Amino acid sequence: MADTATFSPSRRLVLTVMGLGAAGFAVGCSAGNTTTAAAGPVTQTALGDYVRIGSDNTITVYLRHIEFGQGVSTGLTTIVAEEIDADWSQMRFEHSPADDAKYGNPAFGGVMGTGGSTAIFSSWAQLRAAGASAREMLRQAAAAKFGVDASDVLLVKGKAEAGGKSASYGELAAEAAKITPPDAARLQYKDATAYEFIGKERDSSKGFGRLDSADKVSARAQYALDYHPEGTLTALLARSPKFGGKVASFDDTAAKAVKGVTDVVQISNGVAVVATDFWAAKKGRDALKITWDDSAAETRSSDQIFADYKKLLAKAGHDARKEGAGAAALRGAGEVITADFEFPYLAHAPMEPLNCVVEYKPGEAAVIHSGSQMPTADKGAAVAVLGLKPEQVSIVTMLAGGSFGRRATQDADLMMEATQIAKAINGKAPLKLMWTREDDIRSGKYRPMALHRMTARLNRDAIEAWGDRTAIQSIMAGTPFMPAGAADLSSIEGGFDIPYAISNITADVHWPTSPVSVLWWRSVGHTHTAYAKEHFFDVAAKKLGKDPVAYRRELLAAHPRLLGVLNLAAEKAGWDTPLPAGKFRGIAVHHSFSSYVAEVAEVSVKDDGTFHVDRVVCAVDCGIVINPDIVRAQMEGGIGYGLSSILGEAVTLKDGAPVQTNFFDYSVMRMAQMPKVEVFIVPSSEPPSGVGEPGVPPIGPAVANALLAATGKTYAKLPLGTKA
Amino acid sequence: MKLTINGKEQEYTGEEDRPLLWYLREDLKLTGTKFGCGVAACGACTVLVDGEPTRACMTPAASLAGKKITTIEGLDTPAGKAVQAAWQELDVVQCGWCQSGQMLAAAALLTATPKPSEQQITDGMNSNICRCATYHRIRGAVARASEIMG
Ligand code: FES
Ligand code: FES
Repeated sequence: MADTATFSPSRRLVLTVMGLGAAGFAVGCSAGNTTTAAAGPVTQTALGDYVRIGSDNTITVYLRHIEFGQGVSTGLTTIVAEEIDADWSQMRFEHSPADDAKYGNPAFGGVMGTGGSTAIFSSWAQLRAAGASAREMLRQAAAAKFGVDASDVLLVKGKAEAGGKSASYGELAAEAAKITPPDAARLQYKDATAYEFIGKERDSSKGFGRLDSADKVSARAQYALDYHPEGTLTALLARSPKFGGKVASFDDTAAKAVKGVTDVVQISNGVAVVATDFWAAKKGRDALKITWDDSAAETRSSDQIFADYKKLLAKAGHDARKEGAGAAALRGAGEVITADFEFPYLAHAPMEPLNCVVEYKPGEAAVIHSGSQMPTADKGAAVAVLGLKPEQVSIVTMLAGGSFGRRATQDADLMMEATQIAKAINGKAPLKLMWTREDDIRSGKYRPMALHRMTARLNRDAIEAWGDRTAIQSIMAGTPFMPAGAADLSSIEGGFDIPYAISNITADVHWPTSPVSVLWWRSVGHTHTAYAKEHFFDVAAKKLGKDPVAYRRELLAAHPRLLGVLNLAAEKAGWDTPLPAGKFRGIAVHHSFSSYVAEVAEVSVKDDGTFHVDRVVCAVDCGIVINPDIVRAQMEGGIGYGLSSILGEAVTLKDGAPVQTNFFDYSVMRMAQMPKVEVFIVPSSEPPSGVGEPGVPPIGPAVANALLAATGKTYAKLPLGTKA
Repeated sequence: MKLTINGKEQEYTGEEDRPLLWYLREDLKLTGTKFGCGVAACGACTVLVDGEPTRACMTPAASLAGKKITTIEGLDTPAGKAVQAAWQELDVVQCGWCQSGQMLAAAALLTATPKPSEQQITDGMNSNICRCATYHRIRGAVARASEIMG
């Protein structure tokens, strides 16, 4: 395999030049799961960086990852609860301050960040240690209090007991905090057979379930958009309709005449209208007249971009993989099949559009409420724009209404815009910058368009050679996430490293550029590589007259974990049993973010050609399972998110501007299209790995393979639409 | 002009065309009603107006004089309580942003149709988008809420 040294899995990168996140203190703000004070103020005692015990006997775990639906508030808290021997009702969570020194993500080179499905695997060792260390401190505090030997103290469900005496953790915390934390190397961990929480099923009768459920069901949960201090001014920004356009001139007479509009200011990304409330800001923005300078803008339409990509594919790109004779083996005896797979730009469209609130006192301080995936990088941007010192800027991380990658940006776009506007109005009031849904769909940071040219040579009853040549914009190039000149193989992750035992493999990639901004979208490169790889595999298998499951088994013999999920999904879906007329099955299996997932889609095709995905059977191997119900939830959600994109989502450009505007034309999945989903988990004692993203990649090709089984056609152009 | 919101009378003096959503969120601090699209396409802003699911993002507050408006903060009907209990029991939520709208739509559905069929659940819930795709659990939770209601 060529160039493996340059391969960096998505976002699990060494951030070489970030340097943005100097240590600093933020005001701890409870997100969602608030501590309810009984009588009098609750005092919190820190036992290490991650665990705080309240005088009300609550245990609060600091999350260095943001909760945006993926369940970290429960998953990470569970790890601590287990080792500290808590009662589940004691557990609370809070987002940690923006501080790389304490809360950096080891998977991101020590910079704080949520992404790449790294939360659990990067925190497992740390949080086990945090829980075990706090437990030993509590044990010693109890021993001193009871006048017994530490080894005689029993810790159960948030209480210490010995010789008929008992004390709650809340009562012991202050004394425990004075004890020197035990040597990390000598910490004792619970045996997995004694687990009370890890790997256990949700049980509502015992109150054991998601920690963020209650506040979200009652709508007490606080998101950035819900933060609205008295006197908040709301800003909407008019951005260039075409990517890369700049403001040439503008006339704000009509905008300023709108009742409630207080300011109109130009910033680097456009012209902002600031008003007393959203509605006034919106009317103000609608009334702006802006002339744009498109000299550096993208002016092509999507068709033109694909045509340009096709031209590129005539030549070899950056060589990413060579097995056997590589590209040369694509010519020769037997039959050569080929197909060009076209993937459109996709918007993340998190349900809560981007927003944040900046409270800025010039020369003094700024407090920023935001649902940030990379709080220290955002803080660095705020520090730079506002000209403050790092210790003068606090980022308060709020719950976020989804993200799917959108809140982890290379250039802190939201934070830049908001702080520039706050600065332009001299911090006269708290400033809330809101993105409308139109802004969200039309202002970029898309999953890049991609063109995969898949080629296979079939000979002697086998795939003898496999080729995958791709043209795609790089997400990483030119950003602090990648050293200059390095090859961005995250663009084709999961494709060039195809695991099938094929004697000749070639994969190469071109990275065309465009002013259109692109970003990691739930499962990143795997969103398209898995589709091209797994669907084209079935196209080849069909030509060879081979069963898709049997042929995969044959070529995955060296990959036990892929085989494990493949076999489990096939078995649970009844792969070898006949289906009623009009129903078809397809399977796909893929490895991403250290996890393994296979999915079988059952699709019915009606006489008029329309199809519906009725049922999806999913098997996942994600190592040790912290919370099986959250694994299932993430698979269900990943399948829905992935299916939504392959059925109906596309941002298409016309003369450089997005055609789609909102949910009525950027078509996302609704309940009627959601299949029944069954999730099965492969038992494992491997370290825990991600579940936020790995459910997404297999669903597209599983559906395409079912359609292939129905019609014999190759489904190479996405989205698929409604007809087979 | 007087609006009744969660059983309480409010005096609305704002702009004629200002959507109810922003009056609820910005003025009354009832932030449980969410913004998702602003064009009646997602259901995140669903409230009940005289029991009918209504898009607060496209409904001028000034058009609701004399009507009874229920938001998630005031959802205390039998169906509403059953829905919230079922949502919690099944851990439906992921990011949670769409869920106020989902629960109000479900409560309206179950009030009109206490024993919905699968198809009726889909029809009743289909205009509410969940980008986290919790649809699978929402289906289950609506059915469970119907059971809880007895
Ligand atoms: S915000 Fe009203 S329907 Fe989307
Ligand atoms: S739970 Fe996130 S949008 Fe529905």
